[in-house]
Amino acid sequence: METVLAVLIGIYFAASIYLMLSRHIIRLLLGAALLSNAVNLLIFTAGRLVHEVPPVVPYGLYAPEAVTANPLPQALVLTAIVIAFSIFAFLLVLAMRAYQVLGTDDTDHMRIAEPIETPRPPQGY
Amino acid sequence: MAGPSDVDVDLSVAYVDATVPAADYLVALPVIAPLIMGAFLLMLRRQPHIQPMVAGITLAAVFLGNIVLALRVAESGPVFMAMGRWLPPFGISFNGDALGVFMALTSSLVALVCVIYSARSINGDGRRYGFYPFLLLLTAGVSGAFLTADIFNLYVWFEVLLISSFGLIVLGNSHEQLDGAVKYAFLNLIATTLFLIGVGYTYGLFGTLNMADLTLRIAESPDAPTGTLMMIFVFAFAMKAAAFPLNFWLPASYHTPNIVTSAIFAALLTKVGIYALLRLGGMLFPAAFGTFQDVLLWVAILTSLLGAAGALASSDIRKMLGFLVLSGIGAMFVGIAVASPDGVHGAVLYAVHSILVMAALYLAAGVIGRMTGSFDLRSVGGLYRASPFFAAMFLILVFAISGLPPFSGFWPKVLLVRAAMTAGEAWLTAAYLLSSFIAMIAIGRVWLFAFWRNGQQDGSEVAIQPLSLADQRAFLTPIAVLVVVIVGIGIIADPAVYMAGIAAAGLFDPTAYITAISPVAP
Repeated sequence: METVLAVLIGIYFAASIYLMLSRHIIRLLLGAALLSNAVNLLIFTAGRLVHEVPPVVPYGLYAPEAVTANPLPQALVLTAIVIAFSIFAFLLVLAMRAYQVLGTDDTDHMRIAEPIETPRPPQGY
Repeated sequence: MAGPSDVDVDLSVAYVDATVPAADYLVALPVIAPLIMGAFLLMLRRQPHIQPMVAGITLAAVFLGNIVLALRVAESGPVFMAMGRWLPPFGISFNGDALGVFMALTSSLVALVCVIYSARSINGDGRRYGFYPFLLLLTAGVSGAFLTADIFNLYVWFEVLLISSFGLIVLGNSHEQLDGAVKYAFLNLIATTLFLIGVGYTYGLFGTLNMADLTLRIAESPDAPTGTLMMIFVFAFAMKAAAFPLNFWLPASYHTPNIVTSAIFAALLTKVGIYALLRLGGMLFPAAFGTFQDVLLWVAILTSLLGAAGALASSDIRKMLGFLVLSGIGAMFVGIAVASPDGVHGAVLYAVHSILVMAALYLAAGVIGRMTGSFDLRSVGGLYRASPFFAAMFLILVFAISGLPPFSGFWPKVLLVRAAMTAGEAWLTAAYLLSSFIAMIAIGRVWLFAFWRNGQQDGSEVAIQPLSLADQRAFLTPIAVLVVVIVGIGIIADPAVYMAGIAAAGLFDPTAYITAISPVAP
């Protein structure tokens, strides 16, 4: 199961990097969403994948009887999902505003903050 | 509740039984106070006039708390606090050592000063859309990153400061800002996600997230693939710190927002990246970090030269300051690349100096823009005649950023040059000195054109708007406070140099950091 997920995570990373190499903001957004999902899956897999064994210590024992999945990475993933979700929501709105205002979603044409022809500083005085 | 009360479980290995002494809460105060007051200010968004007051009082309290904390750390070592009394490695804990506390202290001073400056420069709109809550949350995120002892928690604070900085950078909604914000937001998000990848792998390999615990376990397992891990971390933090070739988001965005926002960003955000690199590279993965020396050497050389050259080529003062931030990052990387105790000592001291001076320079640029109505070197002038006091302060800042004595930039420069020479890195020393020379020409030129020259470049008069008395109080006092600290560090260097020294020593020998968290200590 871990191997399958490892391959899947690899595909996720490849797809997200491919998308983020694009000049278009909408592809960047999709790439960022895929990237955060790839990381979440990665942490999830790092905590072992075990079928139907509750990570509960039985009465009178000090440790679970069978090998269980580690619940801590799952807690980490939950935190990361919430954070990624809120940041993605912000990025969506930002991208939409930028598209409305700048009239393009091509990063090559977004040059208001950094014009190509900037004036040179004075050479002497 | 049917708990297993008859089973004999020794809770003391995981749980602090004694009450936490009140003094220990000091290490959590820099995070808790801004978080609570930031949320409180959100509720007060219809009372814009009291927002700066509340934010200022909060940050003043945080600053005072940080002073007490720093004195205690200097005297008796790291201050540790377990959240919810769960001991590491089970719970999240804060561990303020000299490095974290020194950086947190400096940042809280700069945040406080920026709030004073903002009281007259952030108008009703900025206040209604949440400038002060964002600022407080940003401070909480920065302090949390400096003080936490848990690397997943470090990631969370990175995200806290990232999302508040998103809010600040788009505040005002101009076309320029949206353009800059898109680049800032995407590249910083990618850097933070990369950091999370590293955290995931670290947990998978070592099964713990606590930094003290990790330091021990990594030292015990030399066969673990720490080189790969460190590569992810170096990439992520170099991007956060805007080191070449990952620096492009910084000059694209830092000149676009309100000048107070720029000042806070330039002072704090890149230094969090430097701090994380020092903490993880210097303390957690020293062996793996050593293999990146050659790469970091080139990063240092190219970042400092690129920053200086960019500063020389910019005509907009705000853009030029953005490039000066870069050349400062290059200087810190000089110390990190050498990685001797002297080098790291210099890098820490430079980070503190850079936090103070960059904030003061951006705030001063704001005053230049307000008085002359322009940030362009070709059309500013005549400020010496208008305000000799302001001209004198700016000149001090010029000397400080160039590393001339007796100002705060001199001591880190001495340490960095000495460390680079001792390590036998002649090219590194030469590149660093050349970069700081070019940066001095670039910033000295601002003083020459904006203050010394009487008219514009084409000879016409500059219509100077003199500052009213209230404006002078609001804008020049914060700059004066920073200038006093900068001169103070330059003349009475001992406290700052000592603090940076124990900060650097604490990274090379983390025994004190680890024993502060007693149960995992050997």
